Amino acid sequence: MAVGKVTFSKVEREKLAEILWLLNWISVVTGTILFGLGLFLRVEIHKWQEVMSEQGILYVPHMLITTGLAACCINFFGGKICLDCADTNKFLRWKLVMMPYIICTFFFTSCVLAGALMCYGIRSQMEESLFMGLRNAMRYYKDTDTPGRCNLKRTVDLLQIQFQCCGNTGYRDWFQIQWISSRYLDMGSSAVVDRMRSNVEGKYLMDGVPFSCCSTFSPWPCIQHHLSTSSTQDEKSQQLNLWRRGCQQALLDHYTGIMQSIGLTVLLIWLFELLVLTGVRYLQTAMENVLRLGDPESESDGWILENSLAETARSNFNIIKNLGKCYQVDDDPNINVPTAAPEEELPSQQVQVLVTS
Amino acid sequence: MPFMPVKFNLQKRVKLAQGLWMLYWFSVIAGILIFSLGIFFKIELRKRSEMMDNNESHLVPNLLILAGLLACGLNAFGGKVCHDSLDPIKFSNWKPMLKTYLLLCCGFNVLLVLVSLLCFLMQFSVYLTLAEGLSYAIRFYKDTDTPGRCFMKRTLDLTQIEFHCCGNNNFRDWFEVQWISNRYLDMSNDVVKDRVLSNVEGKYLMDSVPFSCCNPGSPRPCIQHHLTNNSAHYDYDHRTEELNIWTRGCLGALFSYYSSLMSSIGGFVLFAIILESVDMAGLKYLSTALETMADPENPECESEGWLLEKGVKETFSDLLTKLKTLGRTNQVEGGDAPEANT
Repeated sequence: MAVGKVTFSKVEREKLAEILWLLNWISVVTGTILFGLGLFLRVEIHKWQEVMSEQGILYVPHMLITTGLAACCINFFGGKICLDCADTNKFLRWKLVMMPYIICTFFFTSCVLAGALMCYGIRSQMEESLFMGLRNAMRYYKDTDTPGRCNLKRTVDLLQIQFQCCGNTGYRDWFQIQWISSRYLDMGSSAVVDRMRSNVEGKYLMDGVPFSCCSTFSPWPCIQHHLSTSSTQDEKSQQLNLWRRGCQQALLDHYTGIMQSIGLTVLLIWLFELLVLTGVRYLQTAMENVLRLGDPESESDGWILENSLAETARSNFNIIKNLGKCYQVDDDPNINVPTAAPEEELPSQQVQVLVTS
Repeated sequence: MPFMPVKFNLQKRVKLAQGLWMLYWFSVIAGILIFSLGIFFKIELRKRSEMMDNNESHLVPNLLILAGLLACGLNAFGGKVCHDSLDPIKFSNWKPMLKTYLLLCCGFNVLLVLVSLLCFLMQFSVYLTLAEGLSYAIRFYKDTDTPGRCFMKRTLDLTQIEFHCCGNNNFRDWFEVQWISNRYLDMSNDVVKDRVLSNVEGKYLMDSVPFSCCNPGSPRPCIQHHLTNNSAHYDYDHRTEELNIWTRGCLGALFSYYSSLMSSIGGFVLFAIILESVDMAGLKYLSTALETMADPENPECESEGWLLEKGVKETFSDLLTKLKTLGRTNQVEGGDAPEANT
């Protein structure tokens, strides 16, 4: 009982081969699209890598890049094969390669699906990474003279300006860290010394935010300092003066949007690849049956699996078991090795011996 | 004596027709590019029209859009003619229109030359409009409650952030205007009152700049206020401090952006002019080669193609006499009419 059996005439086989050739070339284009999407995602993550605490997120764009390249190669090869498959003579050349090629394509198609699902599943990991990364970035905001961190101030400022956000979850996060370096604090001033002494860890904390938190929508000049005590702090003015959103939320939304669109495109590409794979399988089985029947002009059957799913699984399992067994036969004493049966041995009387005198 | 004659056999004619067809389609793409460049330039001018006091001239982008559309149309027609040129029946339909078409192409080339010249010359106009517009923008920065100017603050802030600039020529332009509205000044405060009274025009001037002048690349938190007072900040010298705020003026920044945009568009239009001239020459050769076939029934025969039927000087003198006779036919009738009256 074959799975998905379809009968093909000669004309239909040739048409199938032509269509598959065209589809394989379209798949090469979609493979390049996949590669391009992976590259785009890599660049986007690289832009704000400094505010992410772990680089593990990079496996998603790397996966997309490798599957994109693999798609190009496999489908380029497949296009060549399909073009030759229209003719039974040329098919003989590829007969042995077809089955491994189909298995490779099947695995590669599952990788594409895995890539698509990863795009959707990465949100929680990204959330954690952004929270920790932004917290560290804000803590090291003032360290513009420490090697390895000199650009962090610029990155955080540009981030807050571009994404219209302030702090990790809100602008009050800036009140809890010292974001002005001690280099620029006048230690001779009593006000400064008092403030630092009144803090447990000796940090200079203030209710002010950097200039990059200022909102461009505000109708009045930005109020950055003395935010808790400013006289114009009524409900409406608080809304407009600084950016309200936290940068963690802003970046998360940005990346989730990108990943969702990429994930959708990759899913569509996966469906297309699956279609091509099914077509190639039908073509392979149809051509093999034609060769088995011997007559190139006759009709032949094509299928996805020769027997039902359960039988195919069982036979494959047996193959794997026997693969293991061929190494065990000599050693295992429990296996009954059959000897020749006694009836087969001829009685010595029956043996005609030529006696010469 | 034809000008620049070339002998053609069947193969050469076919090659010329095919090559010219491809060249015409390249020219259609070039036309589409000119059209999109025109639209892009128009959008860029619109985006910052507030910085130019809504006075900017849209002549160049409008001409570019028109030229792009014309280029698409003319070149598509030319491509169709080339495609049909090897079939004598189809070509005979287009033959009578070819002369007018080539004249139109000439006129279109003159238009392109004009557009390219304008791209380079109008940069002066853009500079002057920007200078005037930016000075108004700085003056009206504080008027966020005046209808028609409520978004001036936001636009100027975004421009300064995007183009990394401060003020008109430099940051000191902000010292000369009151950029904090009276609504947000505490008039009961003595310091504020003193400052307003000490100014001749009653303006609240200070040596501070808006936050959008701040440079994110500065190693220290931005110093916006009391910029010229070294003692107001710890370890600060305004003469040597370069990274704190943007030092470039927005006039220079915006003008260099627009001038590079206009120069590249002008360069591309020059390239389009060359492409169009090559197209015209090719079409002239093709049409004359097809017309001078000794035996129209036999496609294999040889023929000659040229750019001008007579030499350059003779063609010009012919043209001049034609123009003169055109004028004279009007005069002759005028001379007859008074005779008829008497």
